[in-house]
Amino acid sequence: MEAVADTMVDVRAALRRDARRRTATALLLVLPLALFLLLTFLVPIGALLWRAVDNPEIARAVPRTVAALARWDAESPAPDAAYAAFVADLLALREQTDAGMLARRLNTEVGGARSLVMNAWRAQPLPATGDAAAVRAQLIALDPRWEEPWIWQAIAKNGARLTPDYLLAAVDLKRTTDGSIVTMDADRSAFRRILARTFGIAAIVTAITLVLAYPLAWWLSTMAPRRANVLLIIVLVPFWTSILVRVAAWIVLLQSGGLVNQTLRGIGLIDEPLALLFNRTGVVIAMVHILLPFMVLPLYSVMKSIPREYVRAAVSLGSHPLAAFVRVYVPQTYAGVAAGGLLVFILAIGYYVTPALLGGPEDQMLSYSVAQYANVHLDWGMACALGSVLLAATLVLYAVYRRFARMEPALA
Amino acid sequence: MKRLAALLPIIVIALHAHAEGTLTVVNFGGANGTAQKKAYYEPFEKLAGVKILPVEYNGEQAKVKAMVETGKVTWDVIEAESADLDRGCDEGLYEKLDWNRIGPKSDFLPAAVHDCGIGIFVWSTVLAYDANRLKDPPKSWADFWDVKRFPGKRALRKNARFNLEFALMADGVKPAEVYKVLATKDGVERAFRKLAELRPHLQWWEAGAQPPQFLVAGDVVMASAYNGRIDAAQREGRNLAIAWAGGIYDIDYWAIPKGTPNRDLATRYIAFAVGPDAQAEFARLISYGPTATKALTKLDAKTLAQLPSAPANAKDALKFDYRFWSDHGEAMEKRFNAWVTQ
Repeated sequence: MEAVADTMVDVRAALRRDARRRTATALLLVLPLALFLLLTFLVPIGALLWRAVDNPEIARAVPRTVAALARWDAESPAPDAAYAAFVADLLALREQTDAGMLARRLNTEVGGARSLVMNAWRAQPLPATGDAAAVRAQLIALDPRWEEPWIWQAIAKNGARLTPDYLLAAVDLKRTTDGSIVTMDADRSAFRRILARTFGIAAIVTAITLVLAYPLAWWLSTMAPRRANVLLIIVLVPFWTSILVRVAAWIVLLQSGGLVNQTLRGIGLIDEPLALLFNRTGVVIAMVHILLPFMVLPLYSVMKSIPREYVRAAVSLGSHPLAAFVRVYVPQTYAGVAAGGLLVFILAIGYYVTPALLGGPEDQMLSYSVAQYANVHLDWGMACALGSVLLAATLVLYAVYRRFARMEPALA
Repeated sequence: MKRLAALLPIIVIALHAHAEGTLTVVNFGGANGTAQKKAYYEPFEKLAGVKILPVEYNGEQAKVKAMVETGKVTWDVIEAESADLDRGCDEGLYEKLDWNRIGPKSDFLPAAVHDCGIGIFVWSTVLAYDANRLKDPPKSWADFWDVKRFPGKRALRKNARFNLEFALMADGVKPAEVYKVLATKDGVERAFRKLAELRPHLQWWEAGAQPPQFLVAGDVVMASAYNGRIDAAQREGRNLAIAWAGGIYDIDYWAIPKGTPNRDLATRYIAFAVGPDAQAEFARLISYGPTATKALTKLDAKTLAQLPSAPANAKDALKFDYRFWSDHGEAMEKRFNAWVTQ
């Protein structure tokens, strides 16, 4: 008995060892991928989220001024001590670049701050130091705008290392000087509208791809595998072509003297060329074309696994063929519809090149604003905040999908 | 293996590009880039025995910023617009020029001299139109806004810069008053209101090569355009014309991104390219005005008459105020973008 128990323990230990070894091997095998994902995916996303709230410029460049303004009510004239602290901060900046970064950051808050700060920096050192009131008088003599409160409000508001301002602005909100959050003027910011448009275009594109892909995938799934494979390759060919090439091809086809308009005019359907380019129509047509394979493939793989006997059984039991299709076949394809729909929708909300080249300014999606802020305005905090909004929207959508998928057993 | 073999030439070219004796010069492309190649790059290649790698861009400063911040600067010399140069200089994107090696500042137009840059040429954004289609030529921005007399689409550059000035001039503001008005809140509102008036008739352009294309294709009847691009189209036999009144002239500058390993060669290149002979040659190839005063004496009357700096052309024109734009550009551009994408 004793011996048997010992052997049992040995076997158990050996099994455990073996399991551990297997786990270790598995971990080693996925390690390169895990590292790759960490470096190319998680770290950049983390950096993106961080930059959306990071606000180092002012806290770093003018710490004394921030401290001097800590108790200021943001309404009355700024205290003399703030002027003295500001000049001391400027003197402590080592290079022009440091002053330049400060000027840039303040200028994103209020236009005009750039020249104000740079001129003050160039005027250093001021003749009188020590007496705060004298420093104040000198700065105001240099530029009367120093007497106004806005530059001080901008410094006080951004004294903290982290700021919610970029994220607020990404959804058309702003913080006032007293700290309350209000909606921006409609003509100053359009991100809510652009976000809604992004989702709108993605939804339309998803719906059209579904309508086009569903019959195609069904037809493919009823074919002999060999023929289906040939046709699938035809579906996939555009998939392997560069997106820029395809977009350029659409420009050639859709322009007012293009093939589509010429053909339509040739057969007498229209007299005036249709406006297909630089508007929503062109964007939707090209996006549907590009995203179609992402809908066809999941649908096809699901449909192929559905036994045809179910529909036949329904018909043989007296169902109308159409009713059998709608009530027996279609519910079994929900998993494919959901997977394809989610894939197309998520890809579509991140589209940039296609709307940029085929759409007008009224057809640009959120990615365009991200590019605009990153490339043109050089406001990377804002670009990251917009990117974060897009990321959050995608995650919410995915959560909804998961919820939906769990509720409906047929989808799993 | 086959794929690797196919990649090999690309790798070789990439390595070559970073080899010593290669200078990457960034320009605005199109007719301007072609003229730079003939007037500046090719003669300098011969003179210095180096290779020049031209790169095109539309003035985006993000790439320069990214290069300087990450310390991997692959652009050696760039053509920068005045407001971008001034801002970039303050923020440390550009090297301070070594004026001892470039020449006495007095040889150049005063506006062409900057701590971080030296003027390449004087250019102007002007009202351009197809003279074959508009027999009754438009003369001002008020005409540009007059959709009854001149029906059809118009093209403007897709940013706030210049367009706000044009809008104010169309609204009756005199060129000399434009920046005074634009500095006020009401002035900005007025400019955006006027721009909104024209919106249903607008098609936007982003690259300098587009407006002449739009005009030639008949997509638009009038466009704002760089005067040199219209000149290039004229040389190709297109009957495009310029209304000089209300044009906005400015200088583009050579600048050296901070931290380039080829700073010495870049300075040599700039010193060569701002010489009067090279500048005169450039002005003969495309009608952009030299910044070296001596270059003007080398040009004939016909070439001089085509330049934005010619007295007849500059008479009712406006000097671009880069100080206003480097202070208020960001707010204006953001507002413009919110407006244009609505």
